[in-house]
Amino acid sequence: MTIVLATEAPTFDLPGVDGQRHSLDDYADKPALAVVWSCNHCPYVQAWEGRMIELQRELGDRGFELVAISSNDADAYPEDSFDAMKARAEEQGFNFDYLYDEDQSALNAYGAERTPEVFLFDRDRRLVYHGAIDDSREEDEVSESYLRDAIEAVLAGEEPPVSDTPPVGCTVKRRSA
Amino acid sequence: MEIEFLFWEGCPSHPEARQLLDDVLAEQGLDVDVRVREVFTQADAEALRFPGSPTIRVDGRDVDPDGASARPALNCRIYHKADGRSSPVPTREQLEAALS
Repeated sequence: MTIVLATEAPTFDLPGVDGQRHSLDDYADKPALAVVWSCNHCPYVQAWEGRMIELQRELGDRGFELVAISSNDADAYPEDSFDAMKARAEEQGFNFDYLYDEDQSALNAYGAERTPEVFLFDRDRRLVYHGAIDDSREEDEVSESYLRDAIEAVLAGEEPPVSDTPPVGCTVKRRSA
Repeated sequence: MEIEFLFWEGCPSHPEARQLLDDVLAEQGLDVDVRVREVFTQADAEALRFPGSPTIRVDGRDVDPDGASARPALNCRIYHKADGRSSPVPTREQLEAALS
């Protein structure tokens, strides 16, 4: 079940494509943290990942941090293997951590269902925005920049103008029981 | 002309793709029945050589031949626009070319 607004960020400790492990505590000094469920093989993710890079580039020095997590079952979807994640991050020049949730423990804790799906936490690590990055996968057709507006609000110590939108994208590929 | 429209419900792109297909058919003045088929399982995907949702074939030929040979799977299919950007639906130009 997807966590609800005001929920404290569930912890995680996952390997990243940079060869390091990354836990929630590593980002404790960041006033705004977006945990984004992602993957390699989804065209919706591919359509939005340039905007993920842009948000990190534009807002990173103001205390925003974006962390992408892939939980997809790489046995069934080899395009989402850890090695393929490393290659994708390199090819696309990811400027954010890209973590592999192989056992899907983080997925189960957050309850993400789609890729991409955003969970934005404030300084106290309370969920203040959940859903889509913006309102169109076509960058030139965006009229509502939900995540950007929410980040700006958090950095200003305010409530996001929109706190929940339906994520649009591929389903997270869960492992068979 | 025989048109097949295969989709997997787990990917949200098929209504948009179906609308685009209908628009292009109307523009070209083609009154053709579209055979719609839902893909439910990985076994279905393999049997139907389904590389992702949606997949559209005109007289058996995929509207995006480059992507037709991808591994059969229940996922969203990746199409590429002329500028290289990814999309979950074929381009209007791909459909127009396939139907012309």
